Amino acid sequence: MTSYTEGLENYKKKLAAITPQEMVINMGPQHPSTHGVLRLELITDGEVVRDIIPHLGYLHRCFDKHAESMNYGKAIPFTDRLDYLSSMNNSHAFVMGVERMLKIEDKLPKRVEYIRVLVCELNRIASHLIAIGTYGIDIGAFTPFMWCFRDREHIMNMLEWASGSRMLYNYIWVGGLFYDLPVGFEERCQEFVDYFKPKLVELDDLLSNNQIFISRTANIGALPADVAINYGCSGPMLRASGIKWDLRRVDGYSVYPELEFEIPIGKGEMGTLGDCWDRYKVRVDEVTESVKIIEQCLRRLQTDFKRTPDFDPRGLVPKKVNLKAQEYYIRAENPKGELGFHFVTQEKTDVPRRVKARGPSFNNLSVLPELGRGQLIADLIAILGSIDIVLGEVDR
Amino acid sequence: MGEQAIVRLEEEHLQPVLVIRVDDLVETAFLLRDTEGYYFDFLSNISAVDYFPEQRFGVVYHLASIPYQTQLTLKVEMENDRQLDNLPEIPSVSTVWRTADWHEREAFDLMGIFFTGHPDLRRILLPDDWQGYPLRKDYEDADTYHGIAIK
Repeated sequence: MTSYTEGLENYKKKLAAITPQEMVINMGPQHPSTHGVLRLELITDGEVVRDIIPHLGYLHRCFDKHAESMNYGKAIPFTDRLDYLSSMNNSHAFVMGVERMLKIEDKLPKRVEYIRVLVCELNRIASHLIAIGTYGIDIGAFTPFMWCFRDREHIMNMLEWASGSRMLYNYIWVGGLFYDLPVGFEERCQEFVDYFKPKLVELDDLLSNNQIFISRTANIGALPADVAINYGCSGPMLRASGIKWDLRRVDGYSVYPELEFEIPIGKGEMGTLGDCWDRYKVRVDEVTESVKIIEQCLRRLQTDFKRTPDFDPRGLVPKKVNLKAQEYYIRAENPKGELGFHFVTQEKTDVPRRVKARGPSFNNLSVLPELGRGQLIADLIAILGSIDIVLGEVDR
Repeated sequence: MGEQAIVRLEEEHLQPVLVIRVDDLVETAFLLRDTEGYYFDFLSNISAVDYFPEQRFGVVYHLASIPYQTQLTLKVEMENDRQLDNLPEIPSVSTVWRTADWHEREAFDLMGIFFTGHPDLRRILLPDDWQGYPLRKDYEDADTYHGIAIK
């Protein structure tokens, strides 16, 4: 019989076998720069990190088990709580998966699709603003953090106006939306965009070209493209390593094929390709691209797909999701990377047999031991911040 | 290599699923990753499925090819009597894609699939001393945890 505890014993042996000049240090789970309840066990030699053993699960809320015990519509609020900084994008991915299995994806009104993309991109900006702001604070720059949170608050207010909730929206439903956008939303959103564009330039001046910031991030934690792919890194992590891989373009889901936007990639401007500065810069550039998408959506929503009295955002919402036994893997581009849901459905019931969430942060974090080995402890903080994890999604 | 590894092709899904033999898994994985024309270099997801009430488990691999922008779903299946001292065993593909490392740990943790040849197979989301595998459909909550009544 195989011993199932061999891995655990090997781990204990590894910790017991450290040399006298090495030391085991716990970073987290209550450490502010771990961005949540992540615990890293570091084997250090002076200031140098010899090995990193991440411990996850402090925020495990059994998403898979919950989703397998209720019907598809009820599971949407749980998807909001995966990556709680980009709830819209999570529910969009989940809902798209169910809609494709129901084969109602093509029947959705264009206005619904454009509203979905609009709120998703607003949420993407909010998520990236947090990533940029907290990254600044990790490195020691306090002002960008306040500026980012100030601008994010405008987005939160707008999404609250649309959905009734500040962070966890439950706005995108299977077959439609909770409600149409409130009257005047498009105009207010346009005002926000006009206000936000100069702020982005300001932020760029303050942080991207800041000499201290560059010294702390350039040439640190360079991630080669082949390693990034092998570890399953996606989103800004993979793009910063120079690979143009964006599922909004690759899969072309929703109305993204009709919209014009660039895919920013890392160029190694300040140092090595795929270093911390590149990962930061890709996020900044993506915010600019998201602003472009929002402007296009607003234009379409005010012209071709105007609000009409007979528009029913819940028109296609099914009373009961009836599916034949099948399985499907949906993937979508979250602010953090590829978010996937694997559905295994059952006959004669609207409760799925299996729902597995593939969180981008979970995979992006798995490369940390590889990146951090041999670095200084202070640089490890810079690397961890540049990965931009959300523990709600790592632990699910 | 090739034909004899395939058990069947399930085409009733939106994405066809290629079911392959457990013994040929690692070899097939290397072949799919390194052969020109396939280059499935990106492992998106590993998900373990419990086909309760059947005595059967499945592990599904979702692959993507970045150069060709294609997707492929692999599946292996095995019979098992659901005893906690007799876990279903599958060879680990963490030598092929390092993504598999944490995903297999998760499948071991929550579904109780044992991946042979895995470098560091420990529980990942639950505490190390957890009893049982919660995502199995026949899992029942324990009455106590460390002597504390939880029911």
